Amino acid sequence: MATMFGTRDGGEIAVAFSRVLRGAGVDVPTSSTIAFGEALAATGLNDRDTTYWAGRATLVRRPEDHELYDRAFRVFWDHASATVELILDDEPVHVTLAIDDDTDDDNSGADQAESADDPVIELRFSATEVLRQKDFAEYTPDELVEAQRLMSNLRLVGSPRRSRRLTAATRRTARPDLRRTIRAAMRGGGEPIRRYYRQPGTRNRRLVLLLDVSGSMEPYARALIRFVHAAVAGRQKVEAFAMGTRLTRLTRELSSRDPDQALRQAAIRVSDYGGGTRLGDGLKVFNDEWGQRGMARGAIVVVLSDGWDRGDPAVLAEQMQRLHRAAHKVVWVNPLKVTPGYAPLARGMAAALPFVDAFVEGHSIDAIEELARVVSDTTWQPRRVTSPDRHVVSDTTRVGADWRP
Amino acid sequence: MVTAASGWSVATSVAVVTPSDVLNALTHHGYLPDDGLTTAVFLALELQRPLLLEGEAGVGKTELAKVLSTWTGGELIRLQCYEGIDASQAVYDWDYARQLLHLRAAEATGETAGRSSDAVEAELYQERFLIKRALLRAISHGDGPPPVLLIDEIDRADDEFEAFLLEVLSDFQITVPELGVYRATTPPIVILTSNRTRDVHDALKRRCLYHWVEHPGFDREVAIVRLRVPACTDLLARQVATAVESMRALNLYKPPGVAETIDWANALGRLGVTELDERSVATTLGTVLKYREDHHRIEQHGVAKIVKQALEHGKQQG
Repeated sequence: MATMFGTRDGGEIAVAFSRVLRGAGVDVPTSSTIAFGEALAATGLNDRDTTYWAGRATLVRRPEDHELYDRAFRVFWDHASATVELILDDEPVHVTLAIDDDTDDDNSGADQAESADDPVIELRFSATEVLRQKDFAEYTPDELVEAQRLMSNLRLVGSPRRSRRLTAATRRTARPDLRRTIRAAMRGGGEPIRRYYRQPGTRNRRLVLLLDVSGSMEPYARALIRFVHAAVAGRQKVEAFAMGTRLTRLTRELSSRDPDQALRQAAIRVSDYGGGTRLGDGLKVFNDEWGQRGMARGAIVVVLSDGWDRGDPAVLAEQMQRLHRAAHKVVWVNPLKVTPGYAPLARGMAAALPFVDAFVEGHSIDAIEELARVVSDTTWQPRRVTSPDRHVVSDTTRVGADWRP
Repeated sequence: MVTAASGWSVATSVAVVTPSDVLNALTHHGYLPDDGLTTAVFLALELQRPLLLEGEAGVGKTELAKVLSTWTGGELIRLQCYEGIDASQAVYDWDYARQLLHLRAAEATGETAGRSSDAVEAELYQERFLIKRALLRAISHGDGPPPVLLIDEIDRADDEFEAFLLEVLSDFQITVPELGVYRATTPPIVILTSNRTRDVHDALKRRCLYHWVEHPGFDREVAIVRLRVPACTDLLARQVATAVESMRALNLYKPPGVAETIDWANALGRLGVTELDERSVATTLGTVLKYREDHHRIEQHGVAKIVKQALEHGKQQG
């Protein structure tokens, strides 16, 4: 291999390979390229395996990128002939996520549609009022954009919990603050007259959003993904996943403040948008890979789904039980719940319900605001479900009402 | 000892020139790394960079730091992260109780009379009142081999602490305002571990080399068991590794890691088991599987099936 690159030094090779890797879709900062160059200088270029591992240790920072790395490595180092194919292969499947490319001209469309003789402000206000209660499924693209603006004003905050971090207390507690006491004593000539104390602070619980992107959810998913984006971009402790035929983590993609860019990135990631759903399997992957390790522990987990599931309801029930055990609170948002006479007859929904702490609507902006309230509710106390049989949901229409204090 | 390649080497009888030196040394001390981990450790030593290890629980992330410590002879300094950990628990703190006593004693004997409060204060902020925590200890170590600093489960700490850690790991120096700057003459060997309950910040990752630790393959797992549990025969090790491998394929809540495999082999050894049978598996299953549901699943699958497979595979190549 050393001869392959002739007189070129490790640095040039590092730069060249980094570029190939970036082309394959891996985010490679310059500092990583430098580290790879240093690594090549240390290992030499004689052994293929060592070069492979040196690159992986310096250029890749998350396991999701291993596959891309492997392919780029084969192309670059093994002269796999597929240089062109590689790029084409990784060309993301462009799926329509109902991202409106004409979002730049903001809400002009909606405004023009209004009759001219009414005062503009009032019109906007009433238009907003109507929009707030309108079903997401009936949104026009312009309304989606307006809804996005409304949703980005929404603050989605998990309920606070006691933190391990101590903060200054204003009253006497069991934890004296020696540092402050001594510092104050020093200023006062060494006499600790004024004593200081500390107390545990509070932190907001982590919020995990699991959005169903299957075909049946499509009319709602396009609005709800905007809501998920607003939540992720709004603050630090929100994790977002898309659930379709498989589970895709979207936290990084959606963390861009620019909604269009964020949604575009998310669309690239989610290749199974509008497909079938296997909620149970999706939840299993979430539990296995993320939830059980700690992401769901003590967190508020919000599932946004209509509960139509092609998989085995027993699997869904089992995984919901697991999720419920790890999480502080499980909220299920079902856009269909508002439909008159709705009963959670979808097998998936019925299987999941015993492990749901709050069952709320999710069809409109008002409903989403209600969700924000449920999520940050401080008065709610966890309830433990030991077995699904013991918890019987008798009157399904009352479930939501009951669980909202 | 100084190697030609790097101008620096861990103070040990094993000179580190190539990755295979790392492999030999770690193996010698009871740790069997795969090629990827070997290269990553080699680079961490050679480039003097922190190594961030992620992977399932029980694949040997923490163990690596311990073995590095016995190999290099450097002290193992462990910083277990938890939510709310801050500088006074990770870097240094002043021994306030002793300071207070000192102050009172000085007052009682009349030493403080006529001295400025600044002078009295300066007396209180001396190194003897300083409590060095893990990070400062790792940086201000004296002569001898550099310590191995294990920053365990970094994902449990909060962002504030991570940002702070970034600063320390970039320069390997810590400032104590009252005393001055502590700078590492030789940087410690730094191992960070994470369980991925949240993403470690990119800035911190960029400082580090990264390696995802996998479950070992069959042969390596057998070798690990043989190495860590000397009482375990080759036959039993093969059977145990086969059984664990078939358990991992069963879609369990918590598939057993190498740590569990070793525990299990140990338990079987203690009980005088020389070959797996249904009874010995059933009675010791608690060392491998830690969820009730997983026990159920194994029962449904059939312990007999697992034992049968283990016996066949064990003999085949044993």
